[in-house]
Amino acid sequence: MKTTTANSQPVHGHRDDVGTKIGMWLFLFTELILFGGMFILYAVYRFKHPEEFHLAAKELDTFVGTVNTMILLTSSLTVAMSIAAIGQGRKNLSMALIGTTVLMALAFLVNKYFEWGHKFEHGIYPRSPELLAKPPGEILYFGLYFVMTGLHALHVLIGMAVLVIMMVFIKKGVINRQSYVRLEAGGLYWHLVDIIWIFLFPLFYLIH
Amino acid sequence: MQLSEEHQQDVNHHRTSYGHYVLVWLGLLAFTGITVTLSGMDLGRWVIISTLAIASIKSVLVANVFMHLKSEDKVFTVFVLVAVATLAIFITLTFFDYAFK
Repeated sequence: MKTTTANSQPVHGHRDDVGTKIGMWLFLFTELILFGGMFILYAVYRFKHPEEFHLAAKELDTFVGTVNTMILLTSSLTVAMSIAAIGQGRKNLSMALIGTTVLMALAFLVNKYFEWGHKFEHGIYPRSPELLAKPPGEILYFGLYFVMTGLHALHVLIGMAVLVIMMVFIKKGVINRQSYVRLEAGGLYWHLVDIIWIFLFPLFYLIH
Repeated sequence: MQLSEEHQQDVNHHRTSYGHYVLVWLGLLAFTGITVTLSGMDLGRWVIISTLAIASIKSVLVANVFMHLKSEDKVFTVFVLVAVATLAIFITLTFFDYAFK
């Protein structure tokens, strides 16, 4: 346990790991509200157009969505393990685990690319004549689908960049066994991206 | 002295966590399987309830274990609960507005 004497200073001078993590969590809350606002839109529009949402949801491929869910869940595991690894001083293992995470993030985006591409081929993209000819509820459904999964994909992209930077930090020894709160913060971001997908997946793919 | 002791605890903590993480990951995959299977059945409006309940369980698992909420200072959990409660209030109030207009 930490015991504090009258004029004790933390051994590491200015380090405040708890403060860093609280800062990261506060940022995550703003993300929660950002996506939360869109979840409210989804809920209200679904309530107003239940039949049309039902029809539109059937056009998404549950299989692709399930595969992407599994990819993201696994990438969350590898990030959590990379933090445990650096805590043991296993630098290479930690970097390899982060590298695996980045590859899985890439696989997620490739799937998303083909999924969107498939929709585009069928003439379904924002403001497409085919989409605008559909009933209002379906237009809303696909509008929300593209905005929410698109914004989420953007987060995946940013998460990949963050994780690559973490790898460089580990390589250079900036992140090391004694000090790895940066990686923990990066990991928190990645897990949030995962949690958002945990909700996007059922809302768009599973609830018909 | 103190520091190295703490560090040792930290290392032990991480050593036990690999297996723990894998278990949680398996649980997350299992829940995904369950929720997909349930959505394939004709459950009517129960689908919404079951999928959202499972999604909530999954995110609690991710937050508690992968995001270390369980081992972190309790103040983190309080923060998260306040944030989630705020969002829940937003959603509920908006919904009441639409449901009873």
